[in-house]
Amino acid sequence: MPAFWHWFIAAGTIAFVIWCAWLISWSSKQGPQNIADDDVVGHTWDGDLEEWNNPAPKWWLYLYFITIAWAVGYMIAYPGLGSWEGVIGWSQEGQYEAEMQAAAERYEPIYERFAAMEFDTLQDNDEAMSLGASLYASYCTTCHGSDARGATGYPNLTDDDWLWGGTEAALTATLTHGRSGVMPVLAPALGGDAGVDNMVSYVRSLSELIEADAAANSAKPMFVALCSACHNADGSGNPVFGAPNLTDDIWLYGSSHDAVHTTIISGRNGIMPAHGELLGEDRTKILAAYVASLSGQD
Amino acid sequence: MREQVSPRRSPFNSISICRDRPLDTTASYNDKVVRQFTIMVVVWGIVGMLVGVLIAAQLIWPQLNFDLSFLTYSRLRPLHTNAVIFAFGGSALFATSYYVVQRTCHVRLAFDKLAAFTFWGWQVVILLAAITLPLGITQSKEYAELEWPIDLLITVVWVSYAVVFFGTIAKRRIKHIYVANWFYGAFIITVAVLHIFNNLAVPVSLFKSYSIYTGVVDGMMQWWYGHNAVGFFLTAGFLGMMYYFVPKQAGRPVYSYRLSVVHFWSLIAIYMWAGPHHLHYTSLPDWAQTLGMVFSIILLAPSWGGMINGIMTLSGAWHKLRSDPILKFMIVSLSFYGMSTFEGPMMSIKTVNALSHYTDWTIGHVHSGALGWVAMMTIGTLYCLIPRLYNRDSMYSTKLIDVHFWTSTIGVVLYAVALWVAGITQGLMWRAVNDDGTLTYSFVESLKATYPYYGLRLIGGLLFFSGMIIMAYNVWKTVSNNKPVPVAVLDPA
Repeated sequence: MPAFWHWFIAAGTIAFVIWCAWLISWSSKQGPQNIADDDVVGHTWDGDLEEWNNPAPKWWLYLYFITIAWAVGYMIAYPGLGSWEGVIGWSQEGQYEAEMQAAAERYEPIYERFAAMEFDTLQDNDEAMSLGASLYASYCTTCHGSDARGATGYPNLTDDDWLWGGTEAALTATLTHGRSGVMPVLAPALGGDAGVDNMVSYVRSLSELIEADAAANSAKPMFVALCSACHNADGSGNPVFGAPNLTDDIWLYGSSHDAVHTTIISGRNGIMPAHGELLGEDRTKILAAYVASLSGQD
Repeated sequence: MREQVSPRRSPFNSISICRDRPLDTTASYNDKVVRQFTIMVVVWGIVGMLVGVLIAAQLIWPQLNFDLSFLTYSRLRPLHTNAVIFAFGGSALFATSYYVVQRTCHVRLAFDKLAAFTFWGWQVVILLAAITLPLGITQSKEYAELEWPIDLLITVVWVSYAVVFFGTIAKRRIKHIYVANWFYGAFIITVAVLHIFNNLAVPVSLFKSYSIYTGVVDGMMQWWYGHNAVGFFLTAGFLGMMYYFVPKQAGRPVYSYRLSVVHFWSLIAIYMWAGPHHLHYTSLPDWAQTLGMVFSIILLAPSWGGMINGIMTLSGAWHKLRSDPILKFMIVSLSFYGMSTFEGPMMSIKTVNALSHYTDWTIGHVHSGALGWVAMMTIGTLYCLIPRLYNRDSMYSTKLIDVHFWTSTIGVVLYAVALWVAGITQGLMWRAVNDDGTLTYSFVESLKATYPYYGLRLIGGLLFFSGMIIMAYNVWKTVSNNKPVPVAVLDPA
C-alpha cells in the first residue's frame, strides 16, 4: 500500500475514534442537570415540542466507551490501520491456509489408505464405497442428483451408458479435468424449418421412437455429412467427443420432437467442471470407483 | 426521570389553533404535498408488501411465477425491495419531513412548485421502477438496480428535495433547529452523495450501462452505498420522524437534548464506515474488513442512543399505552430498532458472520429493521398525522388501529423468528462436516430443512400485509368525507 494511503487510512480511522471518545467526554462534562418539572432546554417548537436535558444513562456511556476501547485493542491486534499488519499476524489468507492445512493433516490419511488399491477391488470395499458415497453427496449431487439419476442436461450415472467412457482412466480424466460437451447450432446448415424437422424425425427414428417415413429418410445424407463426424454415420456416438449414442433410449436433453428440435436449432453446451484441484488424487480415485459402481443399476 | 403530564401538551392542540380563521396561503402550511405523499405511503406500502408476499410464496411454490419472465422471483425481488424502501419508506420520509420542517421552523415550506415537482417526480421514478424491473432492466446492484436514465431523474428530484428542505430551514423563524431536522437533513445530504457515487456508470444504450468501478472496488462502493442506504435512508430519516412524532403523540418533551447531540454526531460519523462488513472473507483487503467490523461494533451505542431517547420520552406516559394504539406502534418500533441495532453489530463480527452470511438470518435481520422499526414507526406516525392533515381529531376507528397493531406485531415476530431459525439452521448445516471431511448435508437438504420456516415467514408476511389493508380502509374512511382546511403557520413561542 502506498505510504500516502497508509497514512490517510490510519489517520482517518484514529480521528473518527477520537471523535467518538470526545463526544462521550463532552456529554459527561455537561454535568448532571437539576431537572425540576418543566426544566426544559428552553426552546419550544410547534406549540408544545420541548426538550429535557437529562444526562445520558451511565450504562450507555460505559457501553459506548467499552466498544471504543475494544476497537482500539482490535486494531492493534489485527490488520486495519492502513498497512499495519497487527501484532498477532492474522490475515484471512493465513487463516484459510491454516484451516486447509489442519484439514489435510486430519483427513488425508483416511483416503491415503486406499491409494495403492486396485480400482476394481475398491468397488468391493465397503469402507471405500462409504467414503465414495460421502464424496458424491458433497460434490456431485447438485447436478447429478442425490439418487445419481441426473436431470435434463445432467447425465444419469446409474445406467450403463457413458458419454465419455466408464473406464478408470476415462472417469479419472472426467473428474480431474472436467468435460465440455458441445453440440453446435446446426439449423442454418439444414436449410430452413422443413430441413430441421426432417432431421429431427430421422434422428428420432434411429432409436425407433418413430417409424422413419420418406421425409425423415430424406435427411439421411445430411446426417452423414453433418452429424457423423461426432455421432458416427450409424448414430452410435463417440466417447472421444462425448457425442451421445443416438440409437439407444437414453436422451441427455430429452427425446421429444420439441427437445430434439431445440438441440438442433440452438445447440447444447454441457459442462462437467474440473475437480482435480479440489479433490486431489486419492479422493478422485475413490470417487471414480464409487461412480463406476453406480453404473448398471438401471 | 420525573413524572410529568401536562395538559398543554395535548397531541392535537396544534390543529385547533387555526380552524376558524380565514387564511392566505403564505400564512398557512403547505400541507397539500404532505397529503399527497402520505396517501402514497399507504398505496406503495400495500403494493410493495403484496409483491413481498408473492415472492415469499414463490420460495415455497416456485410454479407461482406461472412461467412468465416478469413474474419470476429474480425480477420481482428487486421490485419488492425498491417498492418498500424507496416508494413506501421514501414517500413516508418526504411526507413527514415536509410536515415536520414547516412546523418546527414556523414557516411555510419553501418553493411550492419545486415541492410539487418532488412529489410527481418521485412517483414517476417509482412507476419507471415498476415497469423496468419486471422487464429485467437492471444495473444488478442491490438497492441500486435502476438504470441510468432513472438514476438521473432520481438525482434531479433529490436535489430539488434538498433545496425545498434546506430552503425551509434557511427561512425559519426560530433560531434553534429542532433535532428531527438534523436527522432529516443528514439523511437528505448523505443519500444524495451515496446515490450519485454508487451509480456512476457509462451508458451503452438507453437501458444498459456499466459501472465505472470494477471488481472489488465495485463491491466496496456498492456496500458503502448499500449499508448507508440502511443507515441514512432507513435509520437517520426515520429517527427524524421519531423525534417529532413520538414526543407529539406522547405529549411529553424529548428526554435528553445532549443525548440527541451525542448520538446524532456519532451515528452519522460511524455509519459511513460500516459497509465492508457485507464483504467479510471476500477479496476485499483485510484492513477494510477490519475497519468495517470495528466501526459496526462502535455503532451499537450511537444506535441505541436514539432508542433510549425515544423510549425515555415515552416513559411517564406508559398509562397512555392502554388507550392509544398509536403509541403502541411507536414503542414496539423503538424496541425493534434496539433489537436490530444490537443484532447488526453482532452479525458484523467475523466469526458470527461466517455463520450468518448468505443465510436467511440476514433476510430476517433486514425485516426486523424494515417491518419492525421502519414500517411500525411509519404506521404509527401516519395514524397520528392523517387526522391532522384532514381536519379531524382522530382516525375513523381507533379500534381498527389496535387490530392493525396486533396484526403487524404478530406478523413481524413470526417473520423474524422464522428466519432466525431458518438462517441458523442453514448456517449450521452448511458447515457440518463428517469424520472423513466431507459435507454432512448437500445444499438441497438445507433447502428442504428451510421449507417449514418459509411457510411461517409467509404467514408472518401475510399478517403484516393484511394489517396494511386494514389501514387502507381506516384511512379511506378518515379522509373521504373530510375537506382539508389550510392550517395557519404558528408563531414561534
